[in-house]
Amino acid sequence: MGFEGIGASVRRKEDHRFLSGRGSYTDDINRPGQLYAVIRRADRPHAKILGIDTAAASAAPGVSAVYTGAELEADGVGGVPCGWQVHSKDGSPMAEPPHPVLAIGKVRHVGDPVAVVIAATRQQAKNAAELLVIDYEDLPAIAAVRDAVAAGAPLVHDDVPGNVCFDWHIGDKAIVDAAFAQAAHVVELDLTNNRLVPNAMEPRAAIGDFDRSSGEFTLYTTSQNPHVIRLLMGAFVLHIPEHKLRVVAPDVGGGFGSKIYHYAEEAIVTWAAGKLHRPVKWTCDRSEAFMSDAHGRDHSSKAAMALDAQGKFLALRVSTLANMGAYLSTFAPAIPTYLSATLLAGVYTTPAIYAEVKAVFTHTVPVDAYRGAGRPESAYLLERLVDVIAHDTGLDRVAIRRLNFIPRDAFPYQTPVALNYDSGDYQATLKSALAAADWDGFPARRQAAAARGKLRGIGISTYVEACGIAPSKLVGQLGARAGLYEVANIRVHPTGSVTVLTGTHSHGQGHETTFAQLVSDQLGIPIDQVDVVHGDTAKIPFGMGTYGSRSLAVGGSAMVKAMDKVIAKGKKIAAHLMEASVEDIEFKDGRFSVAGTDKSKALAEISLAAYVPHNYPIEELEPGLDETAFYDPKNFTFPGGCHICEVEIDRDTGTVTVANMVAVDDVGRVINPMIVEGQVQGGLAQGIGQALMENAVYDSEAQLVTGSFMDYQMPRAHDFPPMITSTENTLCTHNPLGSKGVGETGAIGCPPAVINAVVDALRDYGVRHLDMPATPQKIWSIIQANQPRMAAE
Amino acid sequence: MYDFNYTKPSSIPEAVQALGADMEAKALAGGQTFIPVLKQRLNKPTVIVDLSELGLRGIAADDKTVTIGAMTTHHQIESSPDVQRLVPGLAKMAALIGDTQVRHRGTMGGSLANNDPSACYPAAVLALGATIHTDHRSIAADDYFQGMFTTALEPGELITAIEFPVAEKSNYEKFRNPASRYAMVGVFVAKTAAHGVRVAITGAGQGGVFRHTAMEEALAKDFSPEAITGIITPADGLNGDIHASPEYRAHLIGVMARRAVAAA
Repeated sequence: MGFEGIGASVRRKEDHRFLSGRGSYTDDINRPGQLYAVIRRADRPHAKILGIDTAAASAAPGVSAVYTGAELEADGVGGVPCGWQVHSKDGSPMAEPPHPVLAIGKVRHVGDPVAVVIAATRQQAKNAAELLVIDYEDLPAIAAVRDAVAAGAPLVHDDVPGNVCFDWHIGDKAIVDAAFAQAAHVVELDLTNNRLVPNAMEPRAAIGDFDRSSGEFTLYTTSQNPHVIRLLMGAFVLHIPEHKLRVVAPDVGGGFGSKIYHYAEEAIVTWAAGKLHRPVKWTCDRSEAFMSDAHGRDHSSKAAMALDAQGKFLALRVSTLANMGAYLSTFAPAIPTYLSATLLAGVYTTPAIYAEVKAVFTHTVPVDAYRGAGRPESAYLLERLVDVIAHDTGLDRVAIRRLNFIPRDAFPYQTPVALNYDSGDYQATLKSALAAADWDGFPARRQAAAARGKLRGIGISTYVEACGIAPSKLVGQLGARAGLYEVANIRVHPTGSVTVLTGTHSHGQGHETTFAQLVSDQLGIPIDQVDVVHGDTAKIPFGMGTYGSRSLAVGGSAMVKAMDKVIAKGKKIAAHLMEASVEDIEFKDGRFSVAGTDKSKALAEISLAAYVPHNYPIEELEPGLDETAFYDPKNFTFPGGCHICEVEIDRDTGTVTVANMVAVDDVGRVINPMIVEGQVQGGLAQGIGQALMENAVYDSEAQLVTGSFMDYQMPRAHDFPPMITSTENTLCTHNPLGSKGVGETGAIGCPPAVINAVVDALRDYGVRHLDMPATPQKIWSIIQANQPRMAAE
Repeated sequence: MYDFNYTKPSSIPEAVQALGADMEAKALAGGQTFIPVLKQRLNKPTVIVDLSELGLRGIAADDKTVTIGAMTTHHQIESSPDVQRLVPGLAKMAALIGDTQVRHRGTMGGSLANNDPSACYPAAVLALGATIHTDHRSIAADDYFQGMFTTALEPGELITAIEFPVAEKSNYEKFRNPASRYAMVGVFVAKTAAHGVRVAITGAGQGGVFRHTAMEEALAKDFSPEAITGIITPADGLNGDIHASPEYRAHLIGVMARRAVAAA
């Protein structure tokens, strides 16, 4: 075997399965006697349901059942729960209006599920669903946060006045106000973080199954965290105890956050399977996904920075309206608050920060975490604001960042907004990125572009984010209704191969390889002797799933802890077998040896002795070599770095082309550099997508205009330049791996770098700010609007 | 999609008969628009008449014309040495349609029968003054396009071939809709012996493809980008949506036309 341990760019073990069509995704699974569910959804944003005539649908060929909210309510089915409770400034808990699995009384967004038809084939279920007659009385609707908080706005929930879910704040307002009063300059910026549709390649799907002999339910679902789904659906919605509910999340084709949440369809198929004693499958259409997968972002903010005469940041004030959509998705309240406002120090020493967040209901699809989850919003706000400060004050964009960086010797660094950064070196990532992007050579490239009739701009962002959200005690105080530890079970088999059972979940991240490398490195066995198992509550002891770039930092750390236990037990067995004292046993490269002698035994010999304990310290030690660890981190991890983007604008059409994209990220210890590079590239693709292309648009009546790829601009491969990525590695100080997380860095650091580059390209046109996405029409309009002024000058 | 019957006739009369026998019958050419429409249940045909076995595939050329069978794919058109040599703008247009998969399935006849306002081919057909041959007659391009998704075709009438004159000059420039990548503005410029200079615009007009007579007159005098630089295209009658206002489309018509002329 070549080197396969920590630091090796091993090819992904799972790719052959995926690329040769042998993956097993939820829709690939078919259970004997399976029925098909099709959901009839609201085609309007806000209406009273006056009646639902199910007669024709029920009588249609192949139909087993038609259910509406009334049947589920009568059977005691609960609403979809929210997993995070935020309190308002005045201490009152957030408004948490009911979120019925199928609409009761009213529909509140286009796509709100109203009824389900279950039939022998999907085609028959679709046919019958069209026969449902729903009598609506339309009501006025709002989609934009500013409309939702306007006086007299239609209410999404009758008992939530002003549509305000909560009005939260963080930081010390008095100190911030005082700093503003003393400031040499104050720079203000209003900006919007555009709403996105996640669009994982695999649409969501769910199969409910019920075993009449055991009374056990099984849900197969496209989920990033099956144990959390079991907890939420079992405890709050269907009232099934955990030991009678198994949740399987098999191969999952992308999530980006959208598959974290517990969705109504999961409860519908599971409940229906129990009613019908037949498996029930639901598979989402792409069009259906646009109006039923939780959307991302959609923040509208006002920011102001107070500065001294030299450009040192004195205080930051931010006020944000965050769109929650029509109902609270699982983690929605945490996104604009504890995952966004707490990052507003960024990489800077700003001593005083005050942020307010008003979360607002609208007649739109619920909004929740999407790759980056709150940190892209704060990074975008801050990094745009820093560029606008440079614009307004005339200070250099790089110099002002350097001036305000948290110095490398200041860690651990306590920010004024709760977080305590453990490590980082922002000067190092900046220096490396400036070199990789040839920042100093830009003026010549701009001139060369001008000669070709193009406008060229360069933009930079220096960011920090927070991953592996923890510890459980803290997040509990912040309102999480779950712990945020992770679980690993290391099962060394009798002949020395290893199965790793992890509570994290892989849906594209390459865990089967990264974790196998980690085990290979620690236990000294080849990676083909290691299998990683995830995504099944019947196999994995417990777990909190994958999101927030937590899998390696938290899940991998749990593996290290479990392997420590394996090695400790192995040493005792080895000491017995080699008649030495435990203190003299060393474990290295897969062998237990007696220090100072040539006596040693391989891991496989020790495991065989553990499972065939003929010669074994049976009085002191149980047989077997199978260890589990629960790891609850001491803190978040804080990846950070510097992204630099270079763009060219076609003046005639307004088209922006990304000419160069550099990302230097400090992600702590890297296990597989190739996988890290792939993660960064994917994040950058989504970052460039948000900055230039993607935008979920609702019209003034709250109809979703961008309901398909005909109108929602998904990036294509050819939209991206070659990406230059590298890492700097300051280690996380509080987990055993020193790893920080990489899944979201691209999506967090990139968008402000792109927009900063676009604004820089337009600097001769008097542009101070523009909102994402920078579409050709928007750029052309700006150029048009500013030409007369240019001429006048 | 809804259930339907399927038939694959082996002669044009049989196909015409099958389409004429049932008002809800639909013809299937390459299916690159029609199949997605069926999958979204936006159309409910009783019978689908597959045109793939009618012998309508192929390209014939002489020194005056290039005739393209209705079922010829975009890929065949873009890679035909005859089309590349005799009507290069048409080969370029075909190469810019959709993606590789679409170009290997989609057909010229299917596109023209559908007459989607953002389709590319209508601009080439109108600018070059092509002739649409059907199972029982020939239709001049000027008479063929009758508005969005509307053509001179009678119910059940089948396009068999499209005859293009050899072009002295031909070129196509397209600004794609950023999301769908269909033509948001497509401009075909052509100069032929029979029709002189023509400029046809697709993607932009509310009524589908149209000719830009102001540009045609200017280019007839001087076939250069400078000749049309000052021509303002009115925004009236142009489409507006989230991707492009009528004014932006009007502007893009000028940009695309100048680029098309410059490289023709």
